[in-house]
Amino acid sequence: MEAIKTSSLTKYYGTSRGIDALNLSVREGEFFGFIGPNGAGKSTTIRTLTGLISPTSGSAQIFGKDIRTERETILKNIGYLPSEAVFYPGMKVKDILKLSAHMRKINCSKRAKELCERLQLDSSRKVDQLSFGNRKKVAIVCALQSNPKLLILDEPTGGLDPLIQREFFEILREQNRKGATIFLSSHVLSEIQRNCSRAAIIREGRIIVCDQVDALSKTNARRVTLHGSVALQGLDGIRDKTDGNGFTSFLYSGDMNLLLQTLAAGHITDLSISEPDLEEIFLHYYEKDGDKA
Amino acid sequence: MTIVTHELRQGKAAFLIWTAAIGFLLAVCIFLFPEMKGEMEGVSDMFSSMGSFTAAFGMDKLNFGTLIGFYSVECGNVLGLGGAFFAALCAVNILSKEERCQTAEFLLTHPVSRVRIITEKLIAVLIQIIAMNLILYALSAASITAIGEDIPWKELNLLHLAYCTLQIELAAICFGISAFMRKGSVGAGLGLAAVMYFLNLIANITEAAEFLKYITPFGYCEGSDLITNGSLDKTMVAVGTAMGAIGVIAAYLKYAKKDIH
Repeated sequence: MEAIKTSSLTKYYGTSRGIDALNLSVREGEFFGFIGPNGAGKSTTIRTLTGLISPTSGSAQIFGKDIRTERETILKNIGYLPSEAVFYPGMKVKDILKLSAHMRKINCSKRAKELCERLQLDSSRKVDQLSFGNRKKVAIVCALQSNPKLLILDEPTGGLDPLIQREFFEILREQNRKGATIFLSSHVLSEIQRNCSRAAIIREGRIIVCDQVDALSKTNARRVTLHGSVALQGLDGIRDKTDGNGFTSFLYSGDMNLLLQTLAAGHITDLSISEPDLEEIFLHYYEKDGDKA
Repeated sequence: MTIVTHELRQGKAAFLIWTAAIGFLLAVCIFLFPEMKGEMEGVSDMFSSMGSFTAAFGMDKLNFGTLIGFYSVECGNVLGLGGAFFAALCAVNILSKEERCQTAEFLLTHPVSRVRIITEKLIAVLIQIIAMNLILYALSAASITAIGEDIPWKELNLLHLAYCTLQIELAAICFGISAFMRKGSVGAGLGLAAVMYFLNLIANITEAAEFLKYITPFGYCEGSDLITNGSLDKTMVAVGTAMGAIGVIAAYLKYAKKDIH
């Protein structure tokens, strides 16, 4: 079964585009990455899926249930981590966690305690006194304590220190191994590359590519870094070119024989040709003519 | 009833402050009565000869020398204005604060239907208003006993019932406003309560504006009319109930489908 399925999902805020005919499919049990810069439509997609906003047109199902008509049932199976964690002033962390559990009509105090310990969160403190990172931890525990079937995480690591980030992803991997589907929205591409099996890139409200993370990285484009001098004029397929102190680096997606002939004609002291990382792929997709890898 | 309990906890400080402030002023007014009683003949003459001002506060129809006449004007204003401001503030904030304080994302992503959230929040507002009125009613009765006066139960019950109805009506209208607003709801609520109060004063001053009594809930809280008639004006209460019902229905219709930003 598909954990998330959207068909031509569209949301306009008046005349401004939020998402436009978005088609997305996330299978149950997947660790799925959702990539895009600010304003691309990531949060609009998530807010539509969680029922915070209604779609203008199109449809979406979560575990086969329609988001418009079965919102309450859907939310029973979702743990949601917003990008900005804001709670009621004057409340202690433990009271926030209890309130969340009561609204889910479950008792998960044991799991909450375990998560607080792993994330080094003091549950006796008032939320007003917490730093941004610690408030994020409260939101993480709220999202995870009920062991939901689907975790929707919007920019989850903002404000978390590297050790807590590592622990957080370890918890997510454990949940995923137990069968939970994880939908991770982020613009930290290394997070997606390290943790997700599949990812989609969203641009201007539309999915421009959706594939296995490995396959996304396996583009025919290569990162070429060379020391020395070579005349690259006339070589098609060069992007993202930078020149430094005696070196030149560029992303190449043209004819490999032509590249080798051009390099052979120059004076090169060192050369490396490697697969680009996901960040470079992402930038590639965000170029105006980068609809194809 | 998780949300009711949560709202009552969140509103506890404001509830205690408003109840204490109104209760204190009510008690002060009542405790002033024995001192003023002796001088009442002169005071009544003075109050009854202030032209439009006298009519505005209904002092042309009341005997200021009796406890209930004094209570309905002095305590009526404290209870009327104070209670109206509290009810408006409480109701106009209850839905809008979630978006204004950015807690809506937390609340509305839990498996609770929006209809249930609206209902529980409405119940929390009503509990606070009714609890405040019961405390103030008990405090008034205790204060009257403390100054050695007989409690005019019928009139006291009628006055407090009228003010409680006023607060519920205002709260219901403000509840509707709350569903539409994100920012500026506090100003809208307090402004509405003040406008309603002054509409009644205008209606009292000139006969041409008497129809305003059917718009403002202060119209059916007029102490002089309540004491003279021995009951609330049913037409005014019916109009007020209809306005309150529209507020509540509007809240359900709007908030159940509202986009949360």
